[in-house]
Amino acid sequence: MRLLDRTGEITDAWAFVEGEEPAPDAPCILPYDRLEEALALAAARPGEVGLHLPNDTDPRGLKPHFGVLAMISVDFPSFADGRGFSIAKCLRLIGYEGRLRARGPVIADQFAYLLECGFDEVWLPTHVAQRQPVESWLAQLEKVSLSYQRGTPERAHGGAGNAPARASILEQRRAARSEGARG
Amino acid sequence: MYRYDEFDHRFVEERVAEFRGQVARRLSGELTEEEFKPLRLMNGLYLQLHAYMLRVAIPYGTLAGRQMRMLAHIAEKWDRGYGHFTTRQNIQFNWPKLNDVGDILDALASVEMHAIQTSGNCIRNVTSDPLSGVAPDEIEDPRITAEVLRQWSSLHPEFTFLGRKFKIAVTGCAVDRAAIAVHDIGLQIVRNAAGEVGYRVLVGGGQGRSPFIAKKLREFLPREDLLPYLTAALRVYNLHGRRDNKFKARIKILVHEIGIDAYKEQVEGEFAAMDRASVAAPWEEWTRIGAYFALPDLPARAGEDAGLERALKADPAFAQWVEQNTHAHRVPGYRAATVSLKPVGGVPGDATAEQMRVLADLAEAHSADELRITHEQNVVLPHVALADLHKVYRALAGIGLDAPNRGLITDIIACPGLDYCALATARSIPVAQAISNRFGSTRRQAEIGPLAIKISGCINACGHHHVAHIGILGLDKAGVESYQITLGGEPADGPAIGERTGPGFGFDEVPDAIETIVNRYLELRESPRETFLQAYRRLGMAPFKEALYEAA
Repeated sequence: MRLLDRTGEITDAWAFVEGEEPAPDAPCILPYDRLEEALALAAARPGEVGLHLPNDTDPRGLKPHFGVLAMISVDFPSFADGRGFSIAKCLRLIGYEGRLRARGPVIADQFAYLLECGFDEVWLPTHVAQRQPVESWLAQLEKVSLSYQRGTPERAHGGAGNAPARASILEQRRAARSEGARG
Repeated sequence: MYRYDEFDHRFVEERVAEFRGQVARRLSGELTEEEFKPLRLMNGLYLQLHAYMLRVAIPYGTLAGRQMRMLAHIAEKWDRGYGHFTTRQNIQFNWPKLNDVGDILDALASVEMHAIQTSGNCIRNVTSDPLSGVAPDEIEDPRITAEVLRQWSSLHPEFTFLGRKFKIAVTGCAVDRAAIAVHDIGLQIVRNAAGEVGYRVLVGGGQGRSPFIAKKLREFLPREDLLPYLTAALRVYNLHGRRDNKFKARIKILVHEIGIDAYKEQVEGEFAAMDRASVAAPWEEWTRIGAYFALPDLPARAGEDAGLERALKADPAFAQWVEQNTHAHRVPGYRAATVSLKPVGGVPGDATAEQMRVLADLAEAHSADELRITHEQNVVLPHVALADLHKVYRALAGIGLDAPNRGLITDIIACPGLDYCALATARSIPVAQAISNRFGSTRRQAEIGPLAIKISGCINACGHHHVAHIGILGLDKAGVESYQITLGGEPADGPAIGERTGPGFGFDEVPDAIETIVNRYLELRESPRETFLQAYRRLGMAPFKEALYEAA
């Protein structure tokens, strides 16, 4: 397994709790079907509890709990199942500002899209991590520098994660126009 | 025509470099075949029955001469000397080698072309009216909207791994030549009571194994809301469209299963909650793109031309072609001319490199350097002066593309079928050729009048058989090709899905069956002015069914 963000491989401080396993006395991510328990735990241990969402979950229901959820992990059962992109986009649009993780066998070619939809980090299972070196993930961000979309939201919690992965062509055209108008 | 700026160029060049990297990573084993497949598909590369196939995007079907010439060059250098124009206004090369694809994409990029999103579960090439900017009754050139959408949908971070492909079509006229009712989203440019330009939005149309006519999502959508609204529509689809069954994954199934009202409610909710201004294309971007689609500078001409009148009298075949293959132009003294890629007995939609070069020359010399590809698999020279029509016609005759059959029984749409396609269950092209030969006489075709035959070689319906006046669907029945016939389909004028006549026909029986249907129509029509479709709508299936099955 491997965890990475736009800077490269990072250490995973979060325990991933599956099924009925007891929650450890450390930062942990609980399954969505233990939502009540996760919220109670989060209230007692702020900043240490996250939730893992299957990709058929309606993320809007979580809005009242954004304040206590320090981490939301979104499941990607397959790289080809793109529901997680819209879930991340929804979470950011309705105001989630905590850590957002994509968890599953996604591929380096999707890295820019994942970041632009609002994910901060990607957790890969071992069989994918072994095949796809970290360099390929970082190279992907170098290779594609431009996008035609706008509205990749800048978030309030600061850090390098703020800038979109690709520069918006529409924003650059706009800047070029206003420069032209000034010059 | 739209021209790339520095950003468009860089975007496409980066995409080609990225694809070369993906091929290298596939060969090194870093990417599995399963991972590589959607990546190559999103760059237009299919693995077909005998070889790779590269589908090149022709956005909204518009091409300049130099671009058509590059397609000819690619056909000669990397393929077998021809290309196949498709029902989505694209072109397919049937025999490229994997190792050459990077070079082909570079060659395309050099003339502002690409193969991005011509396949895969993403937003596909946006299609439009081949008479855009020409038709006298047009509200606005739909290619402006189509280009805005092309850019917005290219490598969209949220919508590049959808449940299934997503097709958008745009028309700017009340007369729909873009078949918007059989698209995932259909946009008709309209004016509201205040005179503002916006869109009538349709959703959930499509063909394939479960054909649906699109339903109305919005009567009027203001232009500035287009991208936010489509974002909402796509987001609801991406989150809630079925993923359990590839054949039920298109948006038409979602809309059908939850109902248009429930779907609309979710879209409107998403749209209302969205920060629209951050998603919308800025107004300056609309005007920037719009300027590229201004009517070309056509020299003023008289509305009639004495030379043309003489040629029409002297050359009856030319007169027939002008009558059947040319269209009114908004500028006096000009016509738009359809170049039929359906010569009698030919392969529908195929053009050789030589033919492409002549078309490029004709566009440059006589059509303001523009060509259009139609969803009927023909080519349009949109801006031909009346005084040049005869010269253009003779040049077309010189390359065998002078068939005066636009909209007639031999103007057949056909998918590649079992001759090329890995999905096909039966041949399409030879069926089209046999029917075309059977009805080859120009006089007989004119007597029959408007009649659209469309042939698909499998249930996926790439040949649009569901919306054909006479549709033909080739299936495999225990190892033998069997062809179902449908009647009464229509993509635009009161859009309708055709109805099956009954049991299928063998490969060799199809031309006879079509002839039986046509003869019954000729017997029963009220006058030569009553078209096949009108007659079918009046008479229903019964007389045709009887002719097909009871006489035998």
